[in-house]
Amino acid sequence: MTTTTEAEPQPRPATGRGDRVFQGLATAAGITILAALAAVFVFLAIEGVPGIGKPASSYRPLESFWPYVGRLLFGTVLAALVALVIAAPFALGIALFISHYAPRALAVPVAYVVDLLAAVPSVVFGLWGARVLGPHLVPVHAWLDEHAGWLPFFAGPGSVTGKTVLTAGTVLAIMILPIITAICREVFVQAPRLDEEAALALGATRWEMVRLSVFPYARSGIVSAVMLGLGRALGETMAVAMVLSASPVYTLNLISSTNPATIASNIASSFQEATPDKLAVLIATGLVLFVFTFAVNFAARAVVARSEQRLRR
Amino acid sequence: MARSIDVSDLDIYYGDFLAVQGVNLTVRARSVTAFIGPSGCGKSTMLRSLNRMHEVIPGARVEGKVMVDGQSLYDPSIDPVAVRRQIGMVFQRPNPFPTMSIYDNVLAGNRLNSRRMKKAEADDVVERSLRRANLWAEVKDRLGRPGMGLSGGQQQRLCIARAIAVEPQVLLMDEPCSALDPISTSAIEDLIHELKADYTIVIVTHNMQQAARVSDDTGFFNLKAAGQPGHLVEFNATRKMFSNPDNAATEAYISGRFG
Ligand SMILES: Nc1ncnc2c1ncn2[C@@H]1O[C@H](COP(=O)(O)OP(=O)(O)OP(=O)(O)O)[C@@H](O)[C@H]1O
Ligand SMILES: [Mg+2]
Repeated sequence: MTTTTEAEPQPRPATGRGDRVFQGLATAAGITILAALAAVFVFLAIEGVPGIGKPASSYRPLESFWPYVGRLLFGTVLAALVALVIAAPFALGIALFISHYAPRALAVPVAYVVDLLAAVPSVVFGLWGARVLGPHLVPVHAWLDEHAGWLPFFAGPGSVTGKTVLTAGTVLAIMILPIITAICREVFVQAPRLDEEAALALGATRWEMVRLSVFPYARSGIVSAVMLGLGRALGETMAVAMVLSASPVYTLNLISSTNPATIASNIASSFQEATPDKLAVLIATGLVLFVFTFAVNFAARAVVARSEQRLRR
Repeated sequence: MARSIDVSDLDIYYGDFLAVQGVNLTVRARSVTAFIGPSGCGKSTMLRSLNRMHEVIPGARVEGKVMVDGQSLYDPSIDPVAVRRQIGMVFQRPNPFPTMSIYDNVLAGNRLNSRRMKKAEADDVVERSLRRANLWAEVKDRLGRPGMGLSGGQQQRLCIARAIAVEPQVLLMDEPCSALDPISTSAIEDLIHELKADYTIVIVTHNMQQAARVSDDTGFFNLKAAGQPGHLVEFNATRKMFSNPDNAATEAYISGRFG
């Protein structure tokens, strides 16, 4: 046995200074984002709540706030849903192609191009949607009117300018594609190798392996991705403002030129010449969008949490 | 039903890395063949090349011949998916499907390729497979619970049940008992004896007594030196391997005087 000398190094305490600094930074970041969100909500509430009871002229051509915002919210949800219906299957397919099907030489460039889409400013998408995509979609509108007209979505008459919810939804779909694809791809590649091999060793085809081992693992990630995409679609302003010619109506008809604006696009297009009263009304619609987006997110989380709970029981 | 496997001059690569070199051996139908050898010598790699699971790792490939009942396993006309349906596998680490119930885990293989089953038939397969894997008594009251809720050893037996539920012709087992207690281990060894009547079994094990107990033939793999590829040192009847092996290295390894 040797005698202990004072030169013997002390074992480091479990919580060193680095730990404390990092914990402090992480906590601060977390609190900051919560505070920012709360501040946005407080601003919207203070500035917006008075907008609910302004004189009737502020809601032209309607009379009061709720009918006014109701049509806008309806338009918002409709355009966002169209975008999701188009984008989600595409995004899942592309993500799966990149993560599990494509040879590496192809997967990397495809992933890169999809990510590039996210860097295109929304005004550019708006211009392209209104000037190029819209006119090109006119025959599609006519075709849908003719062949699928019995569905309320395609009741027609088909627009001759292409400035419709269908076009806006398509533009939105392209805009939300990258975020959904990127997140799904990230979760897909992280599916545990061991689970994938379990499926393959049982004689699963590649698609069966994806269904047995990748999708169940990725489920909550897919929901997150779709929610982020939905959030972006609900909040997108310029692209929709430039594509849609709006009128305050409730309609499921996606292909006629009479369609409701969305909350965000309405703010963008009315903001410039707004009187103080009108400004308060616009902010109030923003508050409605904020609350609505929140509610949708919570609902989606709850659904996922519940289905996972059921599995655990 | 059972198949024999002939391996000749097999080299197995991970990309440019030659993991196993020059293997020649014959796995007889309706027999148990054990692979033994030190860690990292390529036993798992060898085993996975027998049902074409090796190639699912990017860059992994084999050179040489594997014949199953006279049919080349790596022939371009052979569909690896069909191969794996007939040559089942139990992995070194238990891997039940985490989001599936115990019941669904057992039936996962049977349900592939959208094969349909009547409820009674499915119940029957589940019970029989779980009984053979010595797990039935422990889980019969909670078949609807997730497979991940089981202990490690129970999960491994669940994986064994899943592999035998599809009644493969050959069963490859990679250290199936390394996470099991002596009672379950002995149940699995009983299962191996029972399955041997109909199936061909290849088992990797680090347990010399187990190899001696369950197998008819034994292959001893070793590394020539660190960084060198693994190779098959000796392949012989188990009785001979454990009493009077041809190779001095085999005897040293088996008797524990190794490295
Ligand atoms: N996915 C992989 N990629 C690259 N090399 C690998 C991979 N898996 C295994 N190897 C290498 O192949 C060699 C053989 O590995 P293998 O897993 O077959 O050994 P083993 O005999 O099964 O060992 P153990 O008894 O520890 O399970 C090792 O050198 C290992 O590093
Ligand atoms: Mg191994």
